[in-house]
Amino acid sequence: MTEKNRKKITENRKILMCGNEAVGEAAIVAGCKFYAGYPITPQNELTAYMSRRMPEEGRTFIQSESELAAINMVFGASAAGARAMTSSSSPGISLKQEGISYMAGAELPGVIINMMRAGPGLGNITPAQGDYFQATKGGGHGDYHIIVLAPASVQELFNLGIKAFDLADKYRTPVMVMGDGMLGQMMEPIEFQKTENRRQKTENKKNLSSDFYHQTFDKPWALTGCKGRKANVVKSLYLKEGALEDLNNRLQEKYKKISEEEVLFEEYNTEEADMVLVSYGTVSRICKSAAKKLISEEFKVGFLRPITLWPFPYKKINQLAKAGKKFFVVEMSSGQMLEDVILAVNGKSKVNFYGRMGGGIPEESVVFAKVKELLNAKNL
Amino acid sequence: MQKIYSKPKSLRNVKTHYCPGCGHGIIHRIICEVIDELDIREETIAIAPVGCSVIAYDYWDFDVSEAAHGRAPAVATGIKRVHPDKFVFTYQGDGDLASIGTAEIIHTANRGENISVIFVNNAVYGMTGGQMAPTTVEKQKTKTTPLGRDFKLHGFSFKITEMLSVLEPVVYLERCSVHNPVSINKTKRAIKKSFKIQLENKGFSLVEVVSPCPTYWKVTPVEAASWIENNMLKQYPLGVIKDVK
Repeated sequence: MTEKNRKKITENRKILMCGNEAVGEAAIVAGCKFYAGYPITPQNELTAYMSRRMPEEGRTFIQSESELAAINMVFGASAAGARAMTSSSSPGISLKQEGISYMAGAELPGVIINMMRAGPGLGNITPAQGDYFQATKGGGHGDYHIIVLAPASVQELFNLGIKAFDLADKYRTPVMVMGDGMLGQMMEPIEFQKTENRRQKTENKKNLSSDFYHQTFDKPWALTGCKGRKANVVKSLYLKEGALEDLNNRLQEKYKKISEEEVLFEEYNTEEADMVLVSYGTVSRICKSAAKKLISEEFKVGFLRPITLWPFPYKKINQLAKAGKKFFVVEMSSGQMLEDVILAVNGKSKVNFYGRMGGGIPEESVVFAKVKELLNAKNL
Repeated sequence: MQKIYSKPKSLRNVKTHYCPGCGHGIIHRIICEVIDELDIREETIAIAPVGCSVIAYDYWDFDVSEAAHGRAPAVATGIKRVHPDKFVFTYQGDGDLASIGTAEIIHTANRGENISVIFVNNAVYGMTGGQMAPTTVEKQKTKTTPLGRDFKLHGFSFKITEMLSVLEPVVYLERCSVHNPVSINKTKRAIKKSFKIQLENKGFSLVEVVSPCPTYWKVTPVEAASWIENNMLKQYPLGVIKDVK
């Protein structure tokens, strides 16, 4: 970090950062002790940032030989009790799925950043949201979920980046922060003040660290050498009859608790709306503008942005559907989150969709015109 | 009466699941003896592989992590970087280390990670039922080389320890065996040397242990010893491969 930026932070002034750097600094602030990554566009600024910042803080940065090695190094660092992170973009995240599944099975915390690009296959490096299914439905083999956070700004990449570590430790689960190439590479001013306030607020509590602006968790399960205790084992293999079913039942209990307690979303004008625009990440900013414009023309439009993609705000959307609201889902995909909205609506109302793929970004004017057309039509 | 021989403290007092004549039990024991002698049980973090020895943590009485198939060196890297003051070793079979985990072992060695690797070479995939391993020798019959390994068809027996020797940060490499008492003693000395190298912060070392698998060689445990002599040692000669003083 430059001296200039350091000074600005101490003076509570905003500093200009790109999304990839902001989420990197979030990891620093959250006390991430280990980072491993492999080069892939559009998240290279993050790897580069960590290669400078981690050694500055006396922590470990490794450019790994592969995405597989990176996630398995994170597995090891996490098993050893440290906060650990890796990052990549879509094709690299596919490779990491092995390790993510093992971490879910071994109940290891860890943070994975995915700055999505367009696929399938090598695709290209333009922003997209085609990894929604992979991220929210498990991704690797076996019955599991990971928490998926979807920031929509550079500030939120920073804030949710810190939160990701807390959630990971709280629930002993991998957490993914899912942005896209646009969020990762654009620059916006961000402020650290909010986290500073958080630090002061939590400083007096016993179980919270004052060293960093984050919570700390006891990790009696971690591998630290068995001095003064029984040997610890970190594993996902359960051979004894019924043991694996027990693990799975325990995991599902945990997922249920997360679903009940950790759902996050942003809403705007939903109560007054006939039609609610639903979107996340980059495209939610476009939808918000379109919604505001429609409202200014006296259309009854609302806006809903899931911040946690898993757990998904099923309950909220179901309530709105029961209240007779119609939905308009916009994604940079063929309609992946759309399926969760349809599940939430459960036949109680109508769901419309507009999406673009392969790096195409929905335009505000198009969203505006499509919603306007639907609202003007007699049958929504 | 004086007790002159007993189970190492680091080895749990349980029966293993290994087949009669399998080498894993011997190698587990040697490791535990060395850990006891160096008094590092409470400082040790091991990584168990995928393969027959995956539940080594049921036999070892110290901290152990599983790793996905072949990824033990990457997991070890994460652990050792978090705890540079702890003793970290991986225990890997030939399929794990020399096939699916080739990239991980080579790059971990090339980063000069200060860890020890015990590489058990029994020329076959045991857990999955006796398929061809990268180290399967010429003409050896396995479940996936029913007519015997044909080098032209299936590739050559993989000499990964020799390959590692060209990497500059690698400090010590030795190939040993456990097919007779003399070899077992040599193996113990090699493992102790490797462990000491790590404790002295000297860097990466690996001990390859040629080990019997009577079940999938389709021989008796006694015959397995001569099978090693006759079939494996030509391809995998014993001795020090690299030793940077």
